[in-house]
Amino acid sequence: MEKHLTQYQTVCFNLNGKDVERTVDVRASLTDLLRNDFRQTSVKKGCEVGECGACNVLIDGEAFNSCIYLAVWAEGKKVRTLEGLLGPNGELSDIQQAFVDESAIQCGFCSPGFILTAVEILESGKAYTDEELRKLLSGHLCRCTGYENILRAVKKTMYRRLGRELPQE
Amino acid sequence: MYDMKALYQAESVQDAVALRLKHPEAQIIAGGSDVLVQMREGKRAGAELISVYGLDALRGVSLEADGTLRIGSLTSFSHITRDPLIQKYVNVLGEAVDQVGGPQIRNIGTIGGNTCNGVTSADSASTLFAYDATVELTGQDGVRRVPIQEFYIRAGKVDIRAGELQTAILISRESYEHTFGHYIKYAMRSAMDIATLGTSVNVRLSDDKKYVERARVAFGVAGPIPLRAETAEKTAAGARLSAELAEAFGAAVREDIHPRDSWRAARDFRMHIAVESAKRAFAEAVRLAGGEL
Repeated sequence: MEKHLTQYQTVCFNLNGKDVERTVDVRASLTDLLRNDFRQTSVKKGCEVGECGACNVLIDGEAFNSCIYLAVWAEGKKVRTLEGLLGPNGELSDIQQAFVDESAIQCGFCSPGFILTAVEILESGKAYTDEELRKLLSGHLCRCTGYENILRAVKKTMYRRLGRELPQE
Repeated sequence: MYDMKALYQAESVQDAVALRLKHPEAQIIAGGSDVLVQMREGKRAGAELISVYGLDALRGVSLEADGTLRIGSLTSFSHITRDPLIQKYVNVLGEAVDQVGGPQIRNIGTIGGNTCNGVTSADSASTLFAYDATVELTGQDGVRRVPIQEFYIRAGKVDIRAGELQTAILISRESYEHTFGHYIKYAMRSAMDIATLGTSVNVRLSDDKKYVERARVAFGVAGPIPLRAETAEKTAAGARLSAELAEAFGAAVREDIHPRDSWRAARDFRMHIAVESAKRAFAEAVRLAGGEL
């Protein structure tokens, strides 16, 4: 590696509802910061070039691939990871349970990323068509399930949260 | 860890200009969805970076006093798509950038980064060409405005001078008023793909909706940089709407475009889809404008 300046910076942000502070190497990605300093191992290192979505987290309510997001950019932001969805005693959230119920998981590597995108979709409070949901979920690669079960898990949770009946297929 | 030599974070536009002058070799990074990926691939390994991502003053869409639509360079694709002014005046731009990459890329990617890259396939570029957009650059001597057609110099090279930073994209009222547009991205996948060809058409019809007052068409990937097809535009200008006109409009783009063979597609195939896309985008733009072919 070419010689580089040794640069550290202190970053203050909110992680899953808690204000935190860390001094990081400016060369770190947000994935590095979350995994190494906060043990948020749901944030997966997949492609590391922003294509697979395994490292997806929510920043101020929007989905971002943390592998192509500099750790220092988290300053002042609200960051959410899958760990933040759990209840106080480790209870699964509705969308996580839906992934279990619909067998939307095999190896599980893509699941945290998919679930956080699903959270952004669900928190918009809107009803989407299947076509729209497919597009909204298109930033994630799953090599096991073939996507149908994932789509169904998100769709069922969306209808449940909206208090509507799921249309018969 | 990214293989970067140093990171300089701009705190204001003036600070960014100062950093540019102080570190002339440094690469500007906006959202980073190109720069950081290239760094991972080794292409920009060891580079110094000037991050402008924190400059919130460059985010958002507004209308200036004379009706000019101003898009801050750091406005993300998803925010452009959702913006009420964009939806009202140049909805086609919002639709075009809604086809970039995938949802997470559209949250991080910026219109400034998309244009400063200088790549012909940028989904925003053809629509900006079709609306005669102006690029605003801020440097130590103030603001410089460049028509987007001159901003692109050659593939990968745009007109950003020493110490400058792109701060906005502007579309004049004369350009967008009473227009309706449609963008067609031809790609192999519906998401996470780069355009084989991008076609953006916008039209303005006469009051009785029977004639084309003005039609514009621009392409991405039909040449080394985005380009307009003026022969097709002249074919349609002032002409009476008809199915034959849409055909003639499509056929005429062959006069102005010069796509090449690449691993994504052959030249002949790009020619073929350019004609077809121009015809279809024209037909859809006319339909949106309330006309009938």
